[in-house]
Amino acid sequence: MKTILSEQQIALTVKRLAHQILENNQGLANTVVIGLQPRGIFLSDRIVAELKALVGTTSIHYGKLDITFYRDDVRKTLHIANQTDINFSIEGKTVILVDDVLYTGRTIRAALDALLDFGRPSKVSLCVLIDRRFSRELPIQPDFSGKAIDTIVSDKVKVNWRENEEKDEVVLV
Amino acid sequence: MKLSTKHLLGIKDLTKEDIQLILSTAEQFKEVLQRPVKKVPSLRDVTIVNLFYENSTRTRMSFELAERRLSADVLNFTASSSSAAKGETLLDTVNNILSMKVDMVVMRHSASGAPHFLAKHIPAAIVNAGDGINEHPTQALLDAFSMREKLGKLEGLKVAIIGDIMHSRVALSNMYLLRKMGAEILVVGPPTLIPKYISEALGVRVTYNLQEALKWCDVANVLRIQLERQNQPLFSSLREYNLAYGIKRKMLENLGKEIVIMHPGPINRGVELDSDVADGPYSIILNQVENGVAVRMAALYLLAGRES
Repeated sequence: MKTILSEQQIALTVKRLAHQILENNQGLANTVVIGLQPRGIFLSDRIVAELKALVGTTSIHYGKLDITFYRDDVRKTLHIANQTDINFSIEGKTVILVDDVLYTGRTIRAALDALLDFGRPSKVSLCVLIDRRFSRELPIQPDFSGKAIDTIVSDKVKVNWRENEEKDEVVLV
Repeated sequence: MKLSTKHLLGIKDLTKEDIQLILSTAEQFKEVLQRPVKKVPSLRDVTIVNLFYENSTRTRMSFELAERRLSADVLNFTASSSSAAKGETLLDTVNNILSMKVDMVVMRHSASGAPHFLAKHIPAAIVNAGDGINEHPTQALLDAFSMREKLGKLEGLKVAIIGDIMHSRVALSNMYLLRKMGAEILVVGPPTLIPKYISEALGVRVTYNLQEALKWCDVANVLRIQLERQNQPLFSSLREYNLAYGIKRKMLENLGKEIVIMHPGPINRGVELDSDVADGPYSIILNQVENGVAVRMAALYLLAGRES
């Protein structure tokens, strides 16, 4: 087991991601953040908290999206659905999709399909904590990336969060 | 996690975990049904036939809508307008349909056990949409979903099932389900419409007194008087039934407590339910219908996902 990001590094990386998002979306006026269920939520919670502190506002449109029903492998493996909670319109907005690890790109493909059922955003950007590059099965790339790593298929990247495990940590198993 | 059964033939075969899984998945589908686009691509590669050997409005439409909202391809079969009228057997009909590459069968039949018979002979997953006087599992699931949504729990809930217990598949499925989920059940009706030994067989209490039941229960699930299933008259007249077992607005107001009125439809107005009860504030009948689509989506989704 090898540590990729420690607790301190994750805190710094989240700060940087928030700054980059703000830099590219001035004032966040027309921007919404949507975290992907289940594990992207831990990252999006932190990023939204960081953004609120930076902008000095408490009202950032923040939603949660579950993509279970949009997967392309329903008949291979059954996944249990989580809650979707998007109580605002995404029509004409810039959407920042947030997930913990970008690997094959299939989750994001499903997320884009799911997202478009809620309206037509003017732009969708992707923010991930870990980018497992060179392992994509679809032409999808992150706009904001915490750390890019090179892995092989048999590697397993595990992102632990304080809420579930004892501390924030990214490890290679 | 997945269902422990390949088919949904009855609540009797489900575990408590199965029921919880279906209800929690239905909650997510209920959210999907509030979206601008109320459709998900989950069952894009699945073909489902709705095989209805008995009349139905709500259940058939609800199943068809659920299937379409899941992006499944849907075939409809109605016995009265088909070769069944020419004497084709059930098994022949189904095998012919399956040879057209159909993956799932949703079936309603007037003979109890018809879907169980099919399950023994064909490979496709079968969903029972009501078989004779046996079971109607998706109705019990949507009833449970609606109770839980309204009152927050099933465990310890006091549920009265009122009316024609003898001929009601809704009652039987509801009793199985509520027992498994830890609710208390009281069945109410005239002695001629309540099977003997029901309390020993199913662990429910019996009363012939409507007032006593209403005072006790949190939820009253009122059944339809099924005239088409009665070969002999089991009570003297509909008017007399209404006098003894019909639910009236005044009765509920005099209880001085919260009570939830449910009915699986279609309502015989002025027989088991008066109109001002059916359309009144105690009733969640239309919520039941709305929830039916989400619950059936959950059941179909979970059965299709179990394939390999």
